[in-house]
Amino acid sequence: MKLTLNIWRQQDASSKGQFVTYSIDDISPDMSFLEMLDVLNNKLILQGQEPVEFDHDCREGICGSCSLQINGEPHGPDRLVTTCQLHMRMFKDGDTIDIEPFRAKAFPVIKDLIVDRSAFDRIQQAGGYVSVNTSGNTTDANAILVPKHDADDAFSAAACIGCGACVAACKNASAMLFTSAKVSQYALLPQGKVEATTRVLNMVKQMDLEGFGNCTNTGACEIECPKGISLENIARMNREYLSASLQG
Amino acid sequence: MTMSVLDSKIPEGPLAEKWTKYKNEIELVSPANKRNIDIIVVGTGLAGASAAASLAELGYNVKTFCFQDSPRRAHSIAAQGGINAAKNYQGDGDSTYRLFYDTVKGGDYRAREANVYRLAEVSANIIDQCVAQGVPFARDYGGQLDNRSFGGVLVSRTFYAKGQTGQQLLLGAYSAMNRQINRGKIKSYNRHEMLDLVLVDGKARGIIARDLVTGALERHSAHAVVIASGGYGNVFFLSTNAMGSNVTAAWKTHKRGAYFANPCFTQIHPTCIPVSGDHQSKLTLMSESLRNDGRIWVPAKLEDAQAIREGRLKPTDLAEEDRDYFLERRYPAFGNLVPRDVASRAAKERCDAGFGVNKTGEAVYLDFGSAIMRYGKEKSLVMGIKDADQATIRRLGEEVVEAKYGNLFQMYEKIVDQNPYKTPMMIYPAVHYTMGGLWVDYNLQTTIPGCYAAGEANFSEHGANRLGASALMQGLADGYFVLPYTIGDYLSKDIRTGKISTDLPEFEAAEQAVRAQMEALVNANGTHPVDYYHKKLGKIMWNKCGMARNEQGLKEAIEEIAALREDFYKNVKIPGTVNGKNQELEKALRVADFLELGELFAKDALNRNESCGGHFREEFQTEEGEALRDDENFRFVSAWEYKGAPKDAVLHKEELIYENIKVKARSYK
Repeated sequence: MKLTLNIWRQQDASSKGQFVTYSIDDISPDMSFLEMLDVLNNKLILQGQEPVEFDHDCREGICGSCSLQINGEPHGPDRLVTTCQLHMRMFKDGDTIDIEPFRAKAFPVIKDLIVDRSAFDRIQQAGGYVSVNTSGNTTDANAILVPKHDADDAFSAAACIGCGACVAACKNASAMLFTSAKVSQYALLPQGKVEATTRVLNMVKQMDLEGFGNCTNTGACEIECPKGISLENIARMNREYLSASLQG
Repeated sequence: MTMSVLDSKIPEGPLAEKWTKYKNEIELVSPANKRNIDIIVVGTGLAGASAAASLAELGYNVKTFCFQDSPRRAHSIAAQGGINAAKNYQGDGDSTYRLFYDTVKGGDYRAREANVYRLAEVSANIIDQCVAQGVPFARDYGGQLDNRSFGGVLVSRTFYAKGQTGQQLLLGAYSAMNRQINRGKIKSYNRHEMLDLVLVDGKARGIIARDLVTGALERHSAHAVVIASGGYGNVFFLSTNAMGSNVTAAWKTHKRGAYFANPCFTQIHPTCIPVSGDHQSKLTLMSESLRNDGRIWVPAKLEDAQAIREGRLKPTDLAEEDRDYFLERRYPAFGNLVPRDVASRAAKERCDAGFGVNKTGEAVYLDFGSAIMRYGKEKSLVMGIKDADQATIRRLGEEVVEAKYGNLFQMYEKIVDQNPYKTPMMIYPAVHYTMGGLWVDYNLQTTIPGCYAAGEANFSEHGANRLGASALMQGLADGYFVLPYTIGDYLSKDIRTGKISTDLPEFEAAEQAVRAQMEALVNANGTHPVDYYHKKLGKIMWNKCGMARNEQGLKEAIEEIAALREDFYKNVKIPGTVNGKNQELEKALRVADFLELGELFAKDALNRNESCGGHFREEFQTEEGEALRDDENFRFVSAWEYKGAPKDAVLHKEELIYENIKVKARSYK
């Protein structure tokens, strides 16, 4: 395959970025998208140019490192996959592909396609945990029964990989899907219920402080989420938030 | 070679009482003193994150370091199948002793008895701890925790969260870290890479780290340093490890005096998606849990295998009697659930004999056909459908299989572009885990006082072969339940030391050495990108230090790696500078260390004139092609001391003594 790539290049956070066009051939449809970028980078290095920097690590869709806005969509045109799992068979010979970093005020660009997503860490630090010490001196794991559907729903929410596609997909750059997934996981489990009130208030407060936008229920986040995190989580968080606010 | 006896500091007393007795007797640090003691934890996977959270909880000041942009992305996140614990919830005969026994046997009698027993002992607590943290393990309809089986055992003791157990456990440990970050007890340095260990008066007192965003070198001091930076499978270039997984923190620690143990003990996992071409950057694991339900086979006839390779025949067209379920045939007692080393070698044997099923001839089938029909039948009966037709049974069966392994099937389909519900998966062994690592004593302390190693980074409890679902167990055991005690014992002698200054000449010297190495690499301005060298190294390792090794190949590997390393420093090409973000420089620093480790790896494999677990020397095998151990001469841990170059490394031996388990030939027949 022969492709034209329009790639966002930006030296660092304070520089002004721009699109640079590259052409590339010898791309096999069996390559992953990131392997295609590896080929480009190899070429650039041999020409003495700086390679395109992008975040990636596990390359199997679970670590949440990779990002990329590909032809305007977070993680590209395929559904329920991360960029590292996107394969070139989704594109045609001769295609032009636009590749940008995830865009959001709360995700400043570090270099090229790499953005700073530490705002997500800070939201979790504000309350995304159960305050149990780590001594192991707790009750037996089967002492509290958890209905299977609650455990399954909690798992589905907890499957979020924290990649930020939801924010990049949202016209308001809202982090509601991300935050609500964590709030939901704990809200659904008996172990998380004890601190449910303070958790939702603190996490939402931090989310707002980080500069993420509001949710206007467009649902773009759910469509672009590589892990299929459901909008139901946002509804659940809103209920939790309302009830916590009334208690507060 | 000089040899010395290493002191593993195993406590006295009966096996089952050692840990409890030891905990009762070790020194403690008062809460007031803990506030004045700093600990550095390098790596935030299961071992590092759980250690950091627990040490901070106790009151120490903890700094964590990870090269990823968040602690949550450490490669433990990718562990799929599950975590073992001797809970015996299934009432199928499990016990602490049986988990201990299975682990020692699974490791082919090359692990330390007392450490393995302690691991089995604390395993049940891990599950309690994780459930209390809100880890959403799979449950049955009664609301209790569910279990499944893994290789090399005859009980169901594996707890799981679909095919994402590592993710859920790591997010649990990360949440515990977050709680401590919020309390100000952990300071987390992300996008930072440790590039050297700093010793003062022979003790580990800090690290040199590079801020990967600004490129600045930083000095961080502490009273103790924990290396929890994972394994070194990426020395093979292609592995199931994450792209960034590296040996640098562990290797720099080795170069500062910590012995490196059993470097040649590598796990080659049987069920990975086969290599498809030269462009490939990494390999993807298909969880061992799939062997609960998937049956592994190749065509029984060579002509059928050839027809399949040429695309003239489909696997689904082959009749039962024309299939060779070679694991079930060779190992009737354990069948498809033999340990990983055994399954991998058996697959290689069939492919070498010409029965491979993909274009390269290096793939076997993992088939869910029988499981789909079996589950479908059961589900149709439960639903009250008495005489369901085949199509209904198949549909219902596929639903059950999807609920169990859905994410793995989806992952497979995205990569291979084939539907594994309809046609068997193709799999082949790939490098997955390294049992070798920094040598540690019972306290998990390396041979450098104050420097500890945890999780995959240490040489661990897995001997020469790790059983499935045991890595997660070990990482969390080390971090949550072992280090918090043993580090305290060491630090109890350090309460008067006070803050360690980073202005000490040792910090200055270490920083200068790191800077010099970075500048040498960038200034080489040669002709080949870093990946060129990494791929070449990987090829040498896979061909000569992989699933089967022999004396000649290993000797060649040693020469070739040394030559490649020399060329690397002369001819590598790294654009950009040492300042600012530079991913090629990051890679080069990691590959530089792989180029040293790889040689020691081959040297260790050459020295071990026996086959055991994942270390298979062609010269040492039984008539049936099984690994042939030599307990008389090799029942020891190889611990290598750095002496300036890998070829000059000096061997020290820790003899392995088995008092509670009878050492015998490992059999899964």
